[in-house]
Amino acid sequence: MLKHTTGLILAGAVAFAAAAEAREIKVGFIAPKSGGAAQLGDQMEKGARLYMKLHAKELGGDTIKLIVRDSKRPGGPIAKAAAQELIAREKVEILGGVIFSPNAMSIAPLATAGKMPFVIMNAGTAFITNMSPNIVRVSFTMWQAGYIMGEHAAKEMGCKTAISGYTNYPPGKDSVAAFARGFEGAGGKVIDSIPMGGPREAPDFTPFFQRVKDKKPGCFYVFVPAGNHAAGVAKTYQALGMRKAGVKLVGPGDITQDTQLQGMGKAAVGVITAHHYHADLATPVNQAFVKAWKAAYGAKSTPDFVGVGGYDGMAAVYHIIKSAKGGKITAAGAIAALKGWKHNSPRGPIMIDPETREIVQNVYVAQVYDDNGTLRQKKLKTFVAVKDKCKELKIGRCGK
Amino acid sequence: MAAAFDIATTILVFGLAYAMLLFIISVGLSITMGLMGFVNLAHGAFAMVGGYITVKLVAPMGVPYLLALVIAFFLVAALGVVMDRLLYRHVYGRPELDQVLFTIGIVFASVAGVSFVWGPDPQNILLPEILLGDIDLGFKNIPIYRAFMIVAGGVIVAALFFGLERTKIGAQVRAAVDNRRMAESCGIPTGRLFTIIFALGSGMAALGGGLGIQILGGLKPVFAFEYLVIFLIVVAVGGLGNIRGTFVAALLLGIIDFAGKYFLPEGGGFFIYGVTFIVLLWRPHGLFGKA
Amino acid sequence: MTGSPPRTNNGAAAALLRAHRFRAIELIPWILAIAVYFLFPGYRLLATQILVLILFAISLDLIVGYAGIVSLGHAAFFGTGAYTAALLADAGWQEPISALALGAVTAGLLGWVSGWIILRTRELTLLMLTMALGIILYELAKDLDDITGGFDGINFENSAILGLFPFDVLYYTTNYWYAFAFLVLGFLVARTVVYAPFGRSLVGIRENVRRMHAIGTPVQQRMRHVYVIAAMIAGVAGAIWVQVQGNITIGVYEFEMSGNILIMLILGGTGRLYGAFVGVTVFTILENLTETVLGTDPPYWELVVGVALIVTVLFAPRGLLGVFDPLIRRFRERTP
Repeated sequence: MLKHTTGLILAGAVAFAAAAEAREIKVGFIAPKSGGAAQLGDQMEKGARLYMKLHAKELGGDTIKLIVRDSKRPGGPIAKAAAQELIAREKVEILGGVIFSPNAMSIAPLATAGKMPFVIMNAGTAFITNMSPNIVRVSFTMWQAGYIMGEHAAKEMGCKTAISGYTNYPPGKDSVAAFARGFEGAGGKVIDSIPMGGPREAPDFTPFFQRVKDKKPGCFYVFVPAGNHAAGVAKTYQALGMRKAGVKLVGPGDITQDTQLQGMGKAAVGVITAHHYHADLATPVNQAFVKAWKAAYGAKSTPDFVGVGGYDGMAAVYHIIKSAKGGKITAAGAIAALKGWKHNSPRGPIMIDPETREIVQNVYVAQVYDDNGTLRQKKLKTFVAVKDKCKELKIGRCGK
Repeated sequence: MAAAFDIATTILVFGLAYAMLLFIISVGLSITMGLMGFVNLAHGAFAMVGGYITVKLVAPMGVPYLLALVIAFFLVAALGVVMDRLLYRHVYGRPELDQVLFTIGIVFASVAGVSFVWGPDPQNILLPEILLGDIDLGFKNIPIYRAFMIVAGGVIVAALFFGLERTKIGAQVRAAVDNRRMAESCGIPTGRLFTIIFALGSGMAALGGGLGIQILGGLKPVFAFEYLVIFLIVVAVGGLGNIRGTFVAALLLGIIDFAGKYFLPEGGGFFIYGVTFIVLLWRPHGLFGKA
Repeated sequence: MTGSPPRTNNGAAAALLRAHRFRAIELIPWILAIAVYFLFPGYRLLATQILVLILFAISLDLIVGYAGIVSLGHAAFFGTGAYTAALLADAGWQEPISALALGAVTAGLLGWVSGWIILRTRELTLLMLTMALGIILYELAKDLDDITGGFDGINFENSAILGLFPFDVLYYTTNYWYAFAFLVLGFLVARTVVYAPFGRSLVGIRENVRRMHAIGTPVQQRMRHVYVIAAMIAGVAGAIWVQVQGNITIGVYEFEMSGNILIMLILGGTGRLYGAFVGVTVFTILENLTETVLGTDPPYWELVVGVALIVTVLFAPRGLLGVFDPLIRRFRERTP
């Protein structure tokens, strides 16, 4: 009895103390807010802020201050200087965001030295999580979609040969390597692999696509970064009459990114992709999420996988804060809390792999169709709890 | 043999379409640099604004594509006049480095302005169905839009040559490019001529911006930076102020770029820069430039 | 450099010596640089980047401001020095100063070879050739990404400087002084070059090539020499850039790098060495701190930078430092 009472008093005291010391937790958020990728940073920040808005009361009086820094160009130095400033001057307790892989890589040593949990919400080059023990990724790796798309193209779509075209930078190389492994593992053959310019500028895809058309593969796997490139892919595919010529366009969901989809017009109809998210997923969690998004940002606005990255990233941040139970947030504590963390995301159930600190998630094969003038994506197949194959198979720098 | 012929026509058709775009945008830059000795690095910004006007006229307002292009031409030409009278006249005749800094400043400001007005999202244009299919030449299908670009480009080139060779203003321009002082002493109002040329060049850039959206894969605020380099290259290779030279340079670079990417995609961006390097070492004043 | 100048009746020589003499006012930027270290520890990486970019801009000033060679491809040398240092460290050669010296050598070699080819041309052609060279190297580094790390880049570590001062990846203590020391060194080299007869002959070439030919100056050779010197200093700057950050991406070869450094230099004022200090600092601060100061979303740093450039050209035609020219002239007239 006495013990029980003491317990109650203690609990009350703790609750009182917590209420008295409601604190503001600073979270650094690095994303492009200007330049060619500004719309991606914008989308990710919208996702993060939506989560904060919907879950504001869960922190028991504590508040989060999201300090946003513009990473501008894809290279490392600006993001790195921003991260240093966030840690040393703003004294943030958690770092997050990051669209571009090189940004994440340049920040990794700072996360290690500053003992700073670092939640990556987009950047998809596979080996990044190996670069600091304090990194957790809630977005995706290129291997998750690419490998599955390869298997699916060979097994279900009847493609015996394929050509891959990619934007020439590491995530692109990751993506086509994953596709080739999946496709050739299932008995197909990749007959050509075409680098199609750099990530900065969306090129005229015609010379590359014409080359593909003339070689007549069954499937054409295209990787381009999210953003401006995708519309060019669908349009060129249509302009060259490649579907009529019997070449099926497939790829990761970057080529049918929700925010870009309507701008592609009929060109995109029929395209098949593998991806961890599209806005038309018919789950209650996702439908509620899309509804909340439109309520917050307007009916014309739509979330895409980058937005969901920000949304789930913030869920991970909340989990870190809650796990600290009002105590100091440490990298060790945060990472321990996130290892094996399970969450019901708009994209389906996700988990952080306790060994690699990498996201484990469903991958959906989906097809674009025309719903009375609005383009939508229909789920054809679900692959449950997909891990990162690159680290599983220890390929290249993923093995280190 | 048939296959080789097929590939050759492919390269010619697509290369030509791209070349037309390069020419339409670059020619204004070439004339302003040749005629006024003015380094206008903000030329791409005019193309970008033209592109945005076209997109916004077509999509939310329902203006037909061709009409939208014409409107963009005139609006941006007018903008050119305003910029010329309001800002640029302060830097004509100033050292080149000042002009570089000034016009780059305008590029920065235009990038910010465009993102402010239209947001950072890439803009795409939904063309009329009639421009989207392909056209049967008997031995080969080519996309209608490319054919359209070649025809439209051809018309513009013809009009430009005609205007320059056969009209009074054209003769005045040629005289001013050749020898500005002599032209002035003959009573040619070079100041007003500059304004007209500047407006025309800006309008052409806008036209190019509107035409290019479909093949350049969308329009973003950073357009003004991204394509600056290629326009400068066309001008340098063609020779300053030389319209014929600019046209040949656009053809050469457009076709080589396409062929290079088609046959050797690994070479990526090399070709266009490699060719530039060689041509400029061989003829430092450009293909048709005067020493 | 102190003490009275030798007695001479030659006014020109006296003017040269006077220009070469250090003045108290020249201490200001260095005092500021030291103060920044202590005042703004939270911006120390940014401050370190500014120091390195100043060195880079000084190297560009040698060719643009003194020899009249306008280049849009100076990142070719910056990037070559950077990759030399980074790849050496990545391969296990972690001693930073020797790697930096080798970076200067490789960049200098590139300057020697390319200068021999392209310095025969002028104006727009020269501009385009320097630019094409820079972009070709960028494409090369991009395609060889198995070695260079390409777009994503590589992280690497250097051993302690002189075996005593390890690099600091969080607070950039050693890193700052490392960049500072080489900025002092590079500046002294550039200053000596500029005020030596060699430098004066460059100014002569910039102002009137024909006359310099006529009085028998080996014009072509002088231009090539200053090009190599500038390339080496740019190579050092590139090496420090990646060493202090422990990270390299193909950004070091990017066209923006060449373009921005030229803009910064013109902004500060060409042909005066200290223009580099002012231009780089002002541009970088506007670029990076606009968002923090204004707090707008999206950040309008491009607008602020753009307007700053336009206003500078309109009201300070010789660059920001040029604003002080009339003041200094008046001051000089009063104190003969």
